[in-house]
Amino acid sequence: MEADSNLTIVLLAMLAGAIRVSTPFLFVSLGECLTEKSGRINLGLEGTLVFGAMTAYAISYHSGSPWLGVLVAGFAGSLFGALHGYICKLPRVNDIAIGIALMLFGTGLAFFLGKAYIQPQAPRLPSIQLGGWSDNAQVQSALQINPLFLVGIALAVFLWWAFRNTRWGLIVRMTGDSAPAALAMGYSVNWVRFTATTVGGFCAGVGGAFLSLYYPGSWSEGLSSGQGLMAVALVIFARWNPLACFGAALLFGAAGALGPALQSIGVTQGYYFFNAAPYVLTLLIMIASTSPKRSLKGAPGELSITK
Amino acid sequence: MTATSPTDVPAPDLATEGSEWLTRIARSAEAVVIPLIAMVSAAVLFSIFLLFLGKSPVEFFNLLWVGGYGSAFSWTNTLVRAGPLIFTALCVAIPARLGIVVIGGEGALVLGGFTAAAIAIPFLGWGAPWLIQAVMFVTAAAVGAAWIGFVGVLRHYRGVNETIASLLLFYIAVAIMNFFVEGALRDPGNPNKPSTPAIGDANMVGDIPGTDIHWGLVFAIVLAIAVWVLMNRTRFGFAARITGGNVRAARAQGLPVGRLVVVSCAIAGACAGLAGFFEVAAIQGRANASLAAGYGFTGILVAFLARQNPLAIIPVAIFLGGIAAAGGLVQRRMGMPDATVQVLQGLMFVVLLVSETLYGRLPFFRGKR
Repeated sequence: MEADSNLTIVLLAMLAGAIRVSTPFLFVSLGECLTEKSGRINLGLEGTLVFGAMTAYAISYHSGSPWLGVLVAGFAGSLFGALHGYICKLPRVNDIAIGIALMLFGTGLAFFLGKAYIQPQAPRLPSIQLGGWSDNAQVQSALQINPLFLVGIALAVFLWWAFRNTRWGLIVRMTGDSAPAALAMGYSVNWVRFTATTVGGFCAGVGGAFLSLYYPGSWSEGLSSGQGLMAVALVIFARWNPLACFGAALLFGAAGALGPALQSIGVTQGYYFFNAAPYVLTLLIMIASTSPKRSLKGAPGELSITK
Repeated sequence: MTATSPTDVPAPDLATEGSEWLTRIARSAEAVVIPLIAMVSAAVLFSIFLLFLGKSPVEFFNLLWVGGYGSAFSWTNTLVRAGPLIFTALCVAIPARLGIVVIGGEGALVLGGFTAAAIAIPFLGWGAPWLIQAVMFVTAAAVGAAWIGFVGVLRHYRGVNETIASLLLFYIAVAIMNFFVEGALRDPGNPNKPSTPAIGDANMVGDIPGTDIHWGLVFAIVLAIAVWVLMNRTRFGFAARITGGNVRAARAQGLPVGRLVVVSCAIAGACAGLAGFFEVAAIQGRANASLAAGYGFTGILVAFLARQNPLAIIPVAIFLGGIAAAGGLVQRRMGMPDATVQVLQGLMFVVLLVSETLYGRLPFFRGKR
């Protein structure tokens, strides 16, 4: 009986974690998905995520409106995306290297400007109660859902639909699959990729806002440890499909919640190993889902990491 | 060179040995001048950033000079930092010659340093210092080699992107160290900061006579020169560079691409592991969370700034070591956050990569080509 209820607690906590922790993964991976579909990879989204988190917290603290913070974080993220998109346009510049540089620059700048915001409390994002039907306190807390989570789902569905059914979805996919084809059709490859990277940066910035304004819900230098990077790997796993990105984000969220969940029932042994679960999971997924022999299904043809 | 057919590319008039030398010099000059332009531009941009914050750029760069290179004390500080930067930069530069971007050198450093400290424990009390140091040295290098070599294996045999994989392995390495340092290998005599037991002063690596700089720097410089010889003057290095230039051509030549990739990554990892060894055996005396001090990440910048040339890594590491050494002084005197150095480094990195676009486009260098 004891073990049974413990298992329930862990599973519930992981479900709650999947919902709570997955949102940043979801936003970053959707942004990265869009960027990669256009044929470029932005490894700098880790930096964008951290910078977005800092901006959102600072704006929320000064203005008192967390939603304004989310918006400004998005724009800050799109600035980083635009910078990446602009620099990559120059000849002889490698998009992976620029991504690494922007990752270090973004985190550094966020730590620098965010020093003053480590102490103060900023207003946080509200949540929606969907668990009122249950008497179980844990079910209730698991179903406290942040509106951004729902926005993320809507965005995933929208992107999935738009890639298939709209004109610009087709343009982005064509640019990602064959730059010469896009050129022949009269579209500017650089412009399409610049826009896709900028919008991708916006999404990552919003993802960062969730980190600092909802869960864990404060700004600190250890706020993100590789979520932005894992999200990039997640896109590969999701085969560049926005709907699969959502599923993968839930899976990663659950893996991330494993450590704290086990700790809550008193399993402290191996806490650090369970905390490393998302990284190990990412690595295993990458090992299992790639192959040197064939190119990946659904991979944009121009993408440098799959060539 | 007597007659040229009209279809030939118009050759320079002085197609003699002398002009070939000129071309070489021009190329090398280009590889020095363009990064210098990038560094000056980064300094200008950072000055503008400082002006926006209401701080004085003059004071900042003055403090950078004083704190990095202004006195014997600051030179000591700089050179102590340059050692691990050379090691970690080699960890980036060696795979880069094969077109592989490894950014997880910090993971090999952390795990190499930790395992070195851990393997020393059973020897403490009876082993001679040279024995303990030798065992630690070999362990750190071997663990580092295995860690980054694994990245090479994944890359070649599974097609896993090495950049992402190596960074994930960094987080995993830190988790492994924390697990042991907070658990089985925790020193009970040190309640404040979870660490492994100290290896003891007698077993530490000493300083270069007459200085406060430990032998790690000398070792790093020798290793950098050895790597340069390996990559530029041996068959292995030649094969590695062909693989980096064109994998298909390398395969067509029958080169063992997979083995080259894995071995290069393993050598790279051994370098980073040694950085961990010296951090533990010459500075900290034990392994704890301070091992992940960011040398691995600054090393990426060092390697790119040195254009992946092992010899150029030495001066560049001293340059960036100086900036890192001055960080504390800037923090105290100007009241700026400790991330200041990180911002400057990030900016330098971005501007440096932008400057890549200038190669072959500056008229001065092109005229001589």
